[in-house]
Amino acid sequence: MSVSVVWLTFFVLSVFVGIEVISKVSSTLHTPLMSGANAIHGIILLGAVLVTGTTDNTFALIVGLIAIVLASVNMVGGFVVTDRMLQMFVRKKPKADAATQTPGDTK
Amino acid sequence: MIAPTWVQLVFLACGVCFILALKGLSGPKTARNGNLIGAAGAVIAVAVPFFYKPDGVDHLHHVPLILAAIAIGTAGGVYGARKVQMTQMPQMVALFNGVGGGAAALVALLELHEHGDLFDWFPLAATAFTIVVGSVSFAGSVITFAKLQELMTSRPVVFPGLPVIFGGSFIAAAVLSVMLVNQPHLWIGVVLALLGLVVGVLLVMPVGGADVPIVISLLNAFTGLTVAAGGYVLSNTVLLIGGTLVGASGTFLTLLMANAMGRSVANILFGALKGGSTLGGGEASDRPVKSAGPEDVAIMLNYAERIIIVPGYGLAVAQAQHSLRELVDVLSERGAKVDYAIHPVAGRMPGHMNVLLAEAQVPYEQLKEMDEINGDFKDADVVLVVGANDVVNPAAKTTPGAPIYGMPILNADEAKQVVFLKRSMRPGFAGIENELLFEPNTTLLFGDAKDTMSKLLNAVKAL
Repeated sequence: MSVSVVWLTFFVLSVFVGIEVISKVSSTLHTPLMSGANAIHGIILLGAVLVTGTTDNTFALIVGLIAIVLASVNMVGGFVVTDRMLQMFVRKKPKADAATQTPGDTK
Repeated sequence: MIAPTWVQLVFLACGVCFILALKGLSGPKTARNGNLIGAAGAVIAVAVPFFYKPDGVDHLHHVPLILAAIAIGTAGGVYGARKVQMTQMPQMVALFNGVGGGAAALVALLELHEHGDLFDWFPLAATAFTIVVGSVSFAGSVITFAKLQELMTSRPVVFPGLPVIFGGSFIAAAVLSVMLVNQPHLWIGVVLALLGLVVGVLLVMPVGGADVPIVISLLNAFTGLTVAAGGYVLSNTVLLIGGTLVGASGTFLTLLMANAMGRSVANILFGALKGGSTLGGGEASDRPVKSAGPEDVAIMLNYAERIIIVPGYGLAVAQAQHSLRELVDVLSERGAKVDYAIHPVAGRMPGHMNVLLAEAQVPYEQLKEMDEINGDFKDADVVLVVGANDVVNPAAKTTPGAPIYGMPILNADEAKQVVFLKRSMRPGFAGIENELLFEPNTTLLFGDAKDTMSKLLNAVKAL
């Protein structure tokens, strides 16, 4: 049994799951969904940490640290900006919640 | 190469977090929790390598430097995410996506440098893929950022020979990838990265401003796939699962968005290369139009029973959404039925306008989606178009060859009266003239949207 086939299995199943879980999204949520998915691929940070932490070559270390900075911007910034967007959708009962929201806080 | 069992189990849990995150993000009630679950999964996954021995070393090296780099990136990301204006959200997402793609390409280059000579052909092919597509995503995202931020023209940029250079770079990248699989030299990887940058720039240059959001979504899916390929190269399940989920859902989302605009993805990417859109002149016209002052429009609104507001990006840029909501409140109190007609791509991205109006605390039930309200335009006494243009341009229905031809539009042209609040006669984001502006039942109210809106509000209150 080839290890590659195991990886292929993960890949194919993930493709189907990825399509299935978002298939019923309304157009209102397209922007936050894109932004949230964008944050998830920031997980490349894990890869950057592993590669950087196992090298002893100075040049590779520098490149690795750059990759870590870029990946952390992607991951952390992505989740924070998505959360900021979604705060504005959490108002199913407009009047009641509008009153509790501090004005100017969202700008 | 295989991590201990407990690490594998933690990674499995993180993969499940990502699935739950995407599931949550696709429903309005669960979206915020979904995002938080995804963030938790990502943070846990990144913390794991600090607590076990990754392959080949007795402990993780350079920990202080790594933590410092994470701190710098985190500070930058949080600062950007907090400070960005809601109107600039699309370019922020583009930028975050670009740096992610760049990081993936760098990780693949490093892995090639460190372990390339031990790799079989398939991991090497995955490495080549990650380097090229990661660079495409990085360069493409930077160009989309520049277009949306108006650092460069938002109109399609095409020059003779572009298809040849594009095709040439693409073929060169394919040939070099095959070379890399045969001889894992670092220099081939570096050249591949440079070619990827060229392809990324050339891919996005010919795309018109209005289509840029679709391209952001597509590049987002690309980055997802590169992260998945990177996960295979590093034998890391959570990268593979997370990346693949984003790649698949991102591709699907891109198709959904393109459908909402009535365009095919191929047409968006390569339409301008065919030179079909001769109408995109981008020049302001000097044809006669009917303009009026705020007082005239106030009277028109005051005696209307059915009013539909068509908000656009210009409204948000001028920060006029608060005065607009106040105006609508006054008109509603006086008995008019007022709704907002939200085009699927109003703003700069699907759903962007809903975010902007929610920020101004417009009640959710006044926001009507296009299909819901398009039948009502023929009964509307006044349609007030604020800072929008392309989404009511009849050229989308009548003029084959126009860049927006085929895009579903709001039927504002069927209303009894149409009022445009505009800064100038400059065409919209797609760069084409709007025939509706010259119709006899159209009135133009020139000026900065915020300024005009408060004058209009005062004039209505005074009646």
